Amino acid sequence: MAALEEGFTLSAVPLGAGPNGLLGVEQSDKTDQFLVTDGGRTVILYKVSDQKPLGSWSVKQGQIITCPAVCNFQTGEYIVVHDNKVLRIWSNEDVNLDKVFKATLPAEIYRIHSIQGTEPLVLFKEGAVRGLEALLAEPQQKIETVISDEEVIKWTKIFMVFRHPVLIFITEKHGNYFAYIQMFNSRTLSKYTLLLGQEEKSVIQSFSASVDRKFISLMSLSSDGCIYETLIPIHPSDPEKNQRVVRSLLLKTVVSGNARNGVALTVLDKDHLAVLGPPLPASKECLSIWNTKFQTLQTSKELPQGTSGQLWYYGENLFMLHGKFLTVVPYKCEVSSLAGALGKLKHSQDPGPQTVPHFVNWETSQGYGLGSQNSEQSKRILRRRKIEVSVQPPASKQLLSTIKKDSEKHIEVELCKFLAIKQTPDFHTVIGDIVLELLGRHKAEPSFYPRNSLMQLIQTHVLSYSLCPGLMEVALEKADVQMLQLCLQQFPDIPESVTCACLKIFLSISDDSLQEAEINMESVSDYSDSVQEEKMEEQTEILHNGFNPEEENCDNCDRELNEKPRDAAEETTSCPVIPKRAALLNAILHSAYSEMFLLPHLKDIPAQHVTLFLQYLYFLYLKCSENATMTLPGLHPPTLNQIMDWICLLLDANFTVVVMIPEAKRLLLSLYKFVKSQICICSELNKIEVSFRELQKLSQEKNNRELYSIEVLELF
Amino acid sequence: MGEFKVHRVRFFNYVPSGIRCVAYNNQSNRLAVSRTDGTVEIYNLSANYFQEKFFPGHESRATEALCWAKGQRLFSAGLNGEIIEYDLQALNIKYAVDAFGGPIWSMAISPHGSQLLVGCEDGSVKLFQITPDKIQFERNFDRQKSRILSLSWHPSGTHVAAGSIDYISVFDVKSGSAVHKMLVDRQYMSVSKRKCIIWGVAFLSDGTVISVDSAGKVQFWDSATGTLVKNHLIASADVQSIAVSDQEDSFVVGTAEGTVFHFQLVSVTSNSSEKQWVRTKPFQHHTHDVRAVAHSPTALISGGTDTHLVIRPLMEKVEVKNYDAALRKITFPHRRLISCSKKRQLLLFQFAHHLELWRLGSTVATGKNGDTLPLSKDADHLLHLKTKGPENIICSCISPCGSWIAYSTTSRFFLYRLNYEHDNISLQRVSKMPAFLRSALQILFSEDSTKLFVASNQGSLHVIRLLEGSFKHLHTFQPQSGTVESMCLLAVSPDGNWLAASGTSAGVHVYNIKHLKLHCTVPSYNFPVTALAIAPNTNNLVIAHSDQQVFEYSIPDKQYTEWSRTIQKQGFHYLWLQRDTPITHISFHPKRPMHILLHDAYMFCIIDKSLPLPNDKTLLYNPLPPTNESDVIRRRTAHAFKISKIYKPLLFMDLLDERTLVAVERPLDDIIAQLPPPIKKKKFGT
Repeated sequence: MAALEEGFTLSAVPLGAGPNGLLGVEQSDKTDQFLVTDGGRTVILYKVSDQKPLGSWSVKQGQIITCPAVCNFQTGEYIVVHDNKVLRIWSNEDVNLDKVFKATLPAEIYRIHSIQGTEPLVLFKEGAVRGLEALLAEPQQKIETVISDEEVIKWTKIFMVFRHPVLIFITEKHGNYFAYIQMFNSRTLSKYTLLLGQEEKSVIQSFSASVDRKFISLMSLSSDGCIYETLIPIHPSDPEKNQRVVRSLLLKTVVSGNARNGVALTVLDKDHLAVLGPPLPASKECLSIWNTKFQTLQTSKELPQGTSGQLWYYGENLFMLHGKFLTVVPYKCEVSSLAGALGKLKHSQDPGPQTVPHFVNWETSQGYGLGSQNSEQSKRILRRRKIEVSVQPPASKQLLSTIKKDSEKHIEVELCKFLAIKQTPDFHTVIGDIVLELLGRHKAEPSFYPRNSLMQLIQTHVLSYSLCPGLMEVALEKADVQMLQLCLQQFPDIPESVTCACLKIFLSISDDSLQEAEINMESVSDYSDSVQEEKMEEQTEILHNGFNPEEENCDNCDRELNEKPRDAAEETTSCPVIPKRAALLNAILHSAYSEMFLLPHLKDIPAQHVTLFLQYLYFLYLKCSENATMTLPGLHPPTLNQIMDWICLLLDANFTVVVMIPEAKRLLLSLYKFVKSQICICSELNKIEVSFRELQKLSQEKNNRELYSIEVLELF
Repeated sequence: MGEFKVHRVRFFNYVPSGIRCVAYNNQSNRLAVSRTDGTVEIYNLSANYFQEKFFPGHESRATEALCWAKGQRLFSAGLNGEIIEYDLQALNIKYAVDAFGGPIWSMAISPHGSQLLVGCEDGSVKLFQITPDKIQFERNFDRQKSRILSLSWHPSGTHVAAGSIDYISVFDVKSGSAVHKMLVDRQYMSVSKRKCIIWGVAFLSDGTVISVDSAGKVQFWDSATGTLVKNHLIASADVQSIAVSDQEDSFVVGTAEGTVFHFQLVSVTSNSSEKQWVRTKPFQHHTHDVRAVAHSPTALISGGTDTHLVIRPLMEKVEVKNYDAALRKITFPHRRLISCSKKRQLLLFQFAHHLELWRLGSTVATGKNGDTLPLSKDADHLLHLKTKGPENIICSCISPCGSWIAYSTTSRFFLYRLNYEHDNISLQRVSKMPAFLRSALQILFSEDSTKLFVASNQGSLHVIRLLEGSFKHLHTFQPQSGTVESMCLLAVSPDGNWLAASGTSAGVHVYNIKHLKLHCTVPSYNFPVTALAIAPNTNNLVIAHSDQQVFEYSIPDKQYTEWSRTIQKQGFHYLWLQRDTPITHISFHPKRPMHILLHDAYMFCIIDKSLPLPNDKTLLYNPLPPTNESDVIRRRTAHAFKISKIYKPLLFMDLLDERTLVAVERPLDDIIAQLPPPIKKKKFGT
């Protein structure tokens, strides 16, 4: 539950904030200490928890700081720019900024970015970026111009992605916005045009961004008061080309549409945003926390004395100007727990850190848990719910309309974008709708088979058979074994008839067409490696303890078989099917079924396929019994139980067939022989187990069960 | 420390009676427990759950209800139709009043503690007025169709809920008429059971009536409208008991499957004022029916057919982790049921209605630590002595020489003379006991078996001289003026000069037998005495208290000994203080005056006063022989407490001679084997 705590002003002395407020608040290399640069000549280092300044530095009269001071995390020094071109670097001990290191650069600087783990980066107003070291080594180097003429940098931010800095800056030219992504590991700069969508006339007032593995999620607060999200891929597919990115509505009307200034936005974590601005046209300015996942207002705080439209967020503190004062509002987002929501918590009164109960964090484990809201907000929530309903569809609707007409390739791209957006609670139904739409179009125009998109959708893990009943039928029709395998692995509720249809295809498909298919092989390990020299006969040599339960004729068939198993054994040590087919069959073995419903369908399988499948199962069974744990090697192999169950099922369903075919008869005999030998082992194990149990019992009884005894005890 | 031959005795076939009722008294923090044989026990929860008092049972007195009234008066009612008040000072029954309604199934004291209600077999609910020294029948409520199995007062005292068979009635106390009749569904999982018995009701101040019944339901009723509000099906067997906390924010129910469920009133959301009852915690500490539950401010208390009294602390209510924070399971009485004749190696076992005399076996073999020696003679069962009459035995004793046995019930005192002729044994009852020797709380023979000391329940101590086949009353020590507290523990010095006697709360009195006068009184201590003994030669009195403190008091010097002062100054080892059963017996080594032998149910300990005391950093219990360590380390780590945990649960342990110990164990499995089978529950894989 996100909450704002009581804020405090950082300094009693009003800052000399100009009309544009502060230049910036930046972290220093020590936690809890921040560099505050005002719009004039002064940089102040504050310790926030003590609410007092630790140091203050000013530039000479006549000079003006043009870029907020930052801390070089690698050296602990501070860097500031005054008069656009003059760089000053100083440390804590320095008193006078005039006497510290000075470098004059050839071009005007827009910002210096400094972030933990890399050297400071200097962004020039023309869009060029340089590392500080390189710049200081050769101060008068030529700085190229990246952006076009009347283009102006509006906002910039730096991220660390896989330990490499990535810099984004947004420029504006005649109401058009462009995003530039500068990668430092590959030295690439990609440019994107931000398409504003329907709201063409709106002006973007504030930006914020967060990053995950693949995308920079750029949030923009427009003059219509809505927040839009734009996903910009970090690794562009084609860096040379000018690409377009569309923005999508994230939250509607969070601030009043006609607010002209004092509006700002910052991302707090993956679900929360802080917004500064008046929520209603006439109201005072507010700091509010929104949850994007639930589309709810979590908390808000009124700022009656007005604010400058600047908001910084570091660690747990939000910094903003309130009136003429720099105000710090601590922000906390505690994980909500079900127990907290439902139950009485004795601990809720005392805030001691040890008393925090170890409850399961439902929110993280479940994906979208219960948001615990208090009653005062419930009205708000209701309102938001309605909006959510009206907000959610566009993205999927848009996609659905794309599906109706666009090309496969384009659908794929759109789908990628759609899947990159955060998952909403009804995500699975939306995905189901998309699949149905795709299948519908396929039905209408059979040439349209968006295989890649479908595969991608199956891999979202939210689909089930009942959500898209037509999908597997289409795959069966197309004999798309890869997709069938994927479905078998992902869907929990496949009807037995469909499972059986899959099995038929898997058994009947030719090896050539299998070789082309891309099949997930993780359930198949390289069985051929473990070809063993030992022959079956060794295992059949079980010594009987006196009484021999075998009947005469069995012995006969034993002997009869004695010659045959040699080649049978050789036959079984090599897998009867190619690995790709084995992987497909394993998917069948893993799938859930109910015997009752499966048996009738199994009867329809042609005899030679039954034999092949039995051969494969027999092979697996032999492999299983090669080690003591009775398991197969590999990542996700079929278990012995699954193998046995399927052998039984197959034999049950095709009993007469198996008896009739000579080939199968031979297989059946060797299978029987092997099972018999296994039973012998088991009966021996049984005997051993019983004797061990008795021994255990005896030793226990000796200790405990006597009513009277005289014992010797020595105390030490 | 020494090597002992230990007679390990497991043939004491003692089975505690099942628990029928428990009643918790908040003011005194005491718990009254009644058992199926009619015994009532009082546990002092402030004194480490020590069982400080008990009232012996009676065959015809099946207690069905137990209540505390104002002024810490204890009442019980049972199937013989009588209401009984107990005298907690003199430890006897004050009076019994017949309610004239047939067997009594339930009883409830009004919230103000001045009125008492009983529910009878004939369907009547009878109101009694509690007067300072008796109870007075006032009137009947409207007669119901069938027996009243449970009763509960509304906290304001204006209404009463009564659980019967198939329905719950709500009575108006003023008029005595039934205001509502709430029918309980007989169906259980859509199978119609014959009858639905309301085993318990609880009336909350907001008018809610909670009922528990034989169909496994916990139901919430609105008494104003007589409607069912909520239904929790919690068991497939009967729910037999319910108890509500004083704050009415939590209650506990016990089921026939041995499960105890905790229900709590919790907010629907984290900070809303709307609250609802939620089943929060199940506990399975019992194997059999949980017949009775109680709810103290910090713990759930339950007891049932499996004879354990279980005290489960509510961790959220316990402020600090201490003694009270641990789960307690009390199975054995905190008094001695066994006495021993050292000379003849006899053990006398006390059961509810009979005594057994056993002679220990012998061996000629020797062995090393841990060996079981071959027996040259097995133990013999010499005597089985049945009591006359329906009353339970209170106490018993065999004289050290083995030729006298004495025992007492509530109304009679018996003394027997035993004669041994080779292997034959003959028993002769000493007749014509004097009138004052009617009931004894404790009996003790002097070391030379010439004197008998009897603590009677009026606080007096009788000294009797035993002659061949007869006796002579020597003296009676009368209680100090103004006190009527009964003496429960006696100890006599081996030289026969001193007698120490202790009650439940006041200090220990030491009498001079030679001069027949009170010698001194050991200053009273906050916690009750659990065991007493006087050491030979030094005449030091060793006293164990329920908080696990042990004191040594020199009788001749009338002060605590130096060793006792030292150990009080340094303090006992923390593990010693955390033990959860009281010391029930203390004895001494005849040849080693520095040794004190004492035991509780899970360990026995020889304290060697000559060795340094352990501090909290030392290992208190070290069962391993010091084989590989050098002698220096061994000497450095040796401390005064030599503990053995081999024998458990240990009911009795004593030194027969210098090298022989006798240990009487009662394995829990043997007790469980004698209990009726529990409700069979399907377990996975069986």
